[in-house]
Amino acid sequence: MSKKNPEYDFKWCPGCGDFGVRRALEMAMQQWNVKTEMPIEQNVVVAGIGCSGNLVHLLEGQQPYGFHGIHGRSLPLAMGVKMGNPDLNVVVVAGDGDFLSIGAEHIGPQAARNLNVCAVIMDNGVYGLTKGQSSPTTVEGTVTSSTPYGKLEAQISPLHLYMTLGVSFVASSFSAKVRDMASLILQGMEHPGFAIVHVQSPCTTYNNTYDVLKGDPAKGVAPVIYDVPDDHDTADRSAALSIVDAPGLPLGLIYQDPNSKPLDQRVADATVNARARRAEDVFDSLMI
Amino acid sequence: MKRDDFIIRFAGEGGQGMVTSADGLAQAASMAGFHVQTFSTFPSQILGGPTWTQTRISTSPVRSSGDQIDVLVCFNREAYDTHKDEVASDGVIIYNLGDFQLDGDGKSFGIPFEELAKSTGNARAENMVVIGAFAHLVNMPQEFLDEFVTKRFTRGRAGDEEIIRSNIEAMLLGRSHAAASGFALAEMSPPVKPEYPQILIKGNEAVSAGALAAGINFYVGYPISPATPILIFMERNLAGEGNFAYQASSEIEAINAVIGAGYSGKKAMTATSGPGLSLMSEAVGMSWMTEIPYVLVNVQRGGPATGLPTKTEQSDFQVALHPAHGDSAIPVIAPGTVEECFYATVAAFNWAERYQGPVIMLSEQMLAERAQNIPRPDVSKILVEDREVYTGDNGYLRYEAREISPMPIPGGPGPYIANASEHDPFGDTTHLPERHVHMMERRFSKLKLLEDGYYESRNNDSPVAVMPWGGSKGPTEEAFEILEGYGLNVAWYYTMYLHPLPAKLLEELLQKDLVIVPELNFQGQFSSYLRSLGVKAESIVQYTGLPFNVSNLASKLEERLGAGARGMVNV
Repeated sequence: MSKKNPEYDFKWCPGCGDFGVRRALEMAMQQWNVKTEMPIEQNVVVAGIGCSGNLVHLLEGQQPYGFHGIHGRSLPLAMGVKMGNPDLNVVVVAGDGDFLSIGAEHIGPQAARNLNVCAVIMDNGVYGLTKGQSSPTTVEGTVTSSTPYGKLEAQISPLHLYMTLGVSFVASSFSAKVRDMASLILQGMEHPGFAIVHVQSPCTTYNNTYDVLKGDPAKGVAPVIYDVPDDHDTADRSAALSIVDAPGLPLGLIYQDPNSKPLDQRVADATVNARARRAEDVFDSLMI
Repeated sequence: MKRDDFIIRFAGEGGQGMVTSADGLAQAASMAGFHVQTFSTFPSQILGGPTWTQTRISTSPVRSSGDQIDVLVCFNREAYDTHKDEVASDGVIIYNLGDFQLDGDGKSFGIPFEELAKSTGNARAENMVVIGAFAHLVNMPQEFLDEFVTKRFTRGRAGDEEIIRSNIEAMLLGRSHAAASGFALAEMSPPVKPEYPQILIKGNEAVSAGALAAGINFYVGYPISPATPILIFMERNLAGEGNFAYQASSEIEAINAVIGAGYSGKKAMTATSGPGLSLMSEAVGMSWMTEIPYVLVNVQRGGPATGLPTKTEQSDFQVALHPAHGDSAIPVIAPGTVEECFYATVAAFNWAERYQGPVIMLSEQMLAERAQNIPRPDVSKILVEDREVYTGDNGYLRYEAREISPMPIPGGPGPYIANASEHDPFGDTTHLPERHVHMMERRFSKLKLLEDGYYESRNNDSPVAVMPWGGSKGPTEEAFEILEGYGLNVAWYYTMYLHPLPAKLLEELLQKDLVIVPELNFQGQFSSYLRSLGVKAESIVQYTGLPFNVSNLASKLEERLGAGARGMVNV
């Protein structure tokens, strides 16, 4: 609630991509509330640590619930929130450092379970809040404050990673395309399962990639981003994999499993005949 | 003369049925009306490795696994060599004639366990041969055993009858071989069957039942010895509408999920052991900071690091009190008996809900895997507390009060941000000194709500006191009674509420010239805590991975207290 709270002193740098993500998330949340006729209190934004995680404090519209947890653990926290009350709309906001480095171990298990949350990942290819160290999505060879000889590690492909881990909804977006992003986030919220909307959200201070992403004809730079072709079959896993592995960065819905069954539904189905035992039942079975 | 108390130890190789033997004998004896307690210790592997289990049978409630062995059952030669010196002077050793032979040491006889079991048509009845032999030695009536076998193997399946017949035959063969050996111990006093309803239960089961009684509806855990049975229990029993039990991919995932559920309004719990607690530490700090209620059960094993996964130790007290960096002091409750495992877990949930924060329930391997007969808890008399939920309008400042305040639940009114960073009354991050002061004092003020715990005291006029904690309660109580028998003037204190201590107990302890704390760790962790509160405390420590031996502990206590405390001439 930044505007109402002069005490909160965190600010994104001018031009930061996270402004666009905030706008898109608020639009999506509003649309979800209208469509489902749910009040704002039904939404929970679970945030990791980093510039991205601060989004939870910077929302400008109606105030949802928020949890600003410890570094890298937004997914397991969200698992508890969601499985504690499956009727909630649970959104994870995290950055490339939080989600793909320290928190990467949590993606696989949640994909396998198909936890019914929507994760919006702000990828700026750098650790911004700690002032410019390399992250898993920093381009190999880049000189940063922690890689004085250039980054020695390969840059990972998050979209490829999500696909191979079996995430049931994978979308790609760009912070400058707020409307498209809002629509993808809403689709992710409505998807019955684990949805990731991976957003290119440039850091204007430490890793300004706007020109690289959009291209700059004046400087002779060709754009990296392009829209997912209309004829792409989003239900086709191998088509999705070939798109994410081809040169360039596709924007739009990459993959959505049409048969997705979320964890809460799996649990409900598997235990439909199960009876909760009370302490009395346990003692009955242990009587001497 | 009849005897009131017998200890039988089963020793051999893991997988030879040591645990089944001890549990089976405990079941049979408890059904007959005796009081029982089992103890087991084994290496961290599926099969093989030296293993031993023990059953103590008594006509009065059993408080420790006991010192000297009356009957030692050796399944192999190594077991004989390892344990024979712990057998009482009038004790008897039964060894497996199928495995080795002895020349005769005056107190041993061999029985071919396997051969006799096979002759009944049931090769798995070796344990029954042994139990039968023991029954002869202590002159335990066969009808107790028949009743036990019939009850245990009546499972509504075809073949039940045959299994019952072969098991009883195996017992009778064990009896006749023991009779032929000529050995006998004193006759066992007849049991005095308690009039109240009883259950035979292990510590981990009692913890799980306590969680159910307290209203648990969310459990996420990760397998780790010796806490795994709690995960398995919850997966099986915490099912159906509104309940969730799940195996996580790590302790870090487990604790964060449990905290998320506590935030969502659930009564949540996880259980782990030392290495898992270490992994959970950062998240525990977060839950202290964000004020989320839940219970973390830590079943202590030997440490540090991987340590001794299947042995017992009381070495996690300090880390339970201060698991995380920064200023926090997590409430800690530690049960001292299998029965207290049930009540301590209920209390842990109540504390968590009352002060809105994490509570660590500190169990121990020796309690977790011990089977014991206890009075059946009356669940209808259990007081269950629930957090105060916020029901006002939106726009609530969840952390504005300088003490506890109602907690909003997602889906309901009062959205706020639970923030691991220092925060203002709404939950936004702040760095202002006055806010840090406000929140720090708010968080610590809530501990005052927990200072009314129950404690035991005896002879509290004495200026010196003995005060065990956790699973050392039983052995220390027996040692204390030995000292009382000598005429020693010493006070007894005990509580499961370790942090914060009951305020009145602390007042009493502060008056003492000396408080001796028997505890199973190297550094004397609990007495160090008492000293930090101003109590003149010191420890008697043991770090063998095993519980205290009562007579050793009694001598150490006597030595420390000195003849001066005896009130009699030391001759």
